[in-house]
Amino acid sequence: MPDSACAMQTREELEPRVLTGSHFMLGDHACAEGALAAGLDFFAGYPITPSTEVAEHLASRLPASGGRFVQMEDELASMAAIIGASAAGARSLTATSGPGFSLMMENIGLAAMLETPCVVANVQRASPSTGIPTMVGQSDILQARWGSHGDYGIIAYCPASPQECFDLTVKAFNAADKYRVPVFVMMDEIVGHMMERVVIPQPKDIPFIGRKKPKTRPGEGQFLSYRPDDDLVPPMAHAGEGYKVHMTGLTHDERGYPAMFPETHDILVNRLVDKIRLNAADIEMHEEFDCDDADTIVVSFGCTARSASAAVRQARAEGLKVGMIRLITVWPFPEGRIRELVAQGDVKRFIVPEINLGQLRREVERLTSLPVLRLNHAGGQMPTPNAILELIRS
Amino acid sequence: MSAIDINVKNAPTSHPIDHLLRADRLPHILCPGCGIGTVVHSYAHAIANSDLPEDQHVCVSGIGCSGRAAGYVNVDSYHATHGRALPFALGIAVHRPELKVTVISGDGDLSSIGGNHLIHAARRNVNMTVICINNFTYGMTGGQVGPTTPIGAKGTTAPKGAVDQPFNLPYLAQATGATFVARWTILHVREFQDAILRCMNKEGFCFIEVLSPCPTGFGRANKIGDGLHEVEIYRERCKIRHGATNLQDIDIDLIDPEKGITVGNFVDIDRPPLVA
Repeated sequence: MPDSACAMQTREELEPRVLTGSHFMLGDHACAEGALAAGLDFFAGYPITPSTEVAEHLASRLPASGGRFVQMEDELASMAAIIGASAAGARSLTATSGPGFSLMMENIGLAAMLETPCVVANVQRASPSTGIPTMVGQSDILQARWGSHGDYGIIAYCPASPQECFDLTVKAFNAADKYRVPVFVMMDEIVGHMMERVVIPQPKDIPFIGRKKPKTRPGEGQFLSYRPDDDLVPPMAHAGEGYKVHMTGLTHDERGYPAMFPETHDILVNRLVDKIRLNAADIEMHEEFDCDDADTIVVSFGCTARSASAAVRQARAEGLKVGMIRLITVWPFPEGRIRELVAQGDVKRFIVPEINLGQLRREVERLTSLPVLRLNHAGGQMPTPNAILELIRS
Repeated sequence: MSAIDINVKNAPTSHPIDHLLRADRLPHILCPGCGIGTVVHSYAHAIANSDLPEDQHVCVSGIGCSGRAAGYVNVDSYHATHGRALPFALGIAVHRPELKVTVISGDGDLSSIGGNHLIHAARRNVNMTVICINNFTYGMTGGQVGPTTPIGAKGTTAPKGAVDQPFNLPYLAQATGATFVARWTILHVREFQDAILRCMNKEGFCFIEVLSPCPTGFGRANKIGDGLHEVEIYRERCKIRHGATNLQDIDIDLIDPEKGITVGNFVDIDRPPLVA
């Protein structure tokens, strides 16, 4: 559990961390509760629609249960603060939406380079620019993968319900610590502002995967803070533990020291990408149904998947051979499964409905030469089951 | 045996603060005549003289020549993005309040690209000490004018001289809520070290501006000469005025030889620090 021993000692006297039970809960609040259940120590954020409820909920719940909440001056600062807190051992979170997500990109690159675990909840709204702040979008999906400059790996979950806002936020913290990466919970306005049943398990049933720690004590030989293990992830020492670490966004060697050499850079950046790419089988999650004999596969995520699954079930009832893949991680993308389905030979086409102008369709097109039909809306509303059904029937 | 041989034989092989520097990173990247090494030295001395064990000290820097400071001190040290050293440091200071966080960075990093973070960290009274190395220029990128360049001083992006009003950093820090505000130069090593040590023993947001020559980026373009010549200007024109209350009047004009430079420990107040 979190490093902050004093927080742990006092927590039992405070509000419960895990609200075990069945609740009727807002998606944004479920994300906040997921973070609390995962052992959140530190939140820094800036108000922005439609994510503000995450911060509002934590403003009362987090300090009351032994963590620390700071409303920052902007999203640049929010992202920097959660990285600093993470370097000092905290499980840290920020929550934002499109414009704030753009401002965070600079320091998301820093988190990738320093390998400081942290979680960013991005409740997507209709974009670009200010767009329609109160209405839905799914158009930050590629930004989540590629938004900061340079090559690096990240993990992004895309919940389709308040329950998943809870579950996947817990997973996000574990994945962040396990792989020492920034992890995104790519919610959308509809999922974030939807109220549904959320079942929160017993504390003992909340999975916890913490950070790997140095195998040597401080001062016992030289601890190389960026020497990776076989899984390509280096153990992590925190501020105040005595290891005298140095972390820099400059290209660095295994000591963490700046080393501006092309060879060092190539080794480092490849490892940042490979630690996610080569562990994709462990990280990637999706759900599928009716794919085995399908000639049409609908690939969907987030709130759109709710319409898509209704459409696919209706089409099956009409005797159409259609199946569905619902992404749970959008990054890593289920490349292997899509390629497998294509190779099986039954599939004749894919359909990708999404609330953007075809961001995920490109990803499917990259994996197959089969037709990939689009159903797009720039944002502000989700596709109806009927619209998707008509495309399936076509 | 000559006198020189005897001296060499008896010369100490180590310095009392060697263990506080990352010797395996030397030589450093700084130019001859630069004052940043003196700042790092002063910080290391303050750590050695502080009541806290070394493991409780954390150093954070932003980007630029001054931003390299964190890389040379042998404590937990972090080199953040340009301008973001303060919120990064806030994350550490709030999560681990028992740690003593010091930010060492430049005037461009802290007051231009990071200016918003500076005023808000001061307003919140975050528990940290900020050492702002002011060399009146962007040194790392080769001598562009910045937020502290005196009007009329030249830089590569203002070949006819800077036209914008520069920041008076102690005045800004005081106005936005800092509990300790000082200005020193790298000539005033003792006073500067004492100021750092006072900050380490104080709660809240402490701000020290330290003037430092950049002969390569600023001195040459402004006919000041090498680092020693700028230090000579400090010696001739600095007046120590502890507790000065007219901080709005302590602008720096390095170019006009008639203008004095006010240094000293100006503000030392108590105000409740940020509790998150």
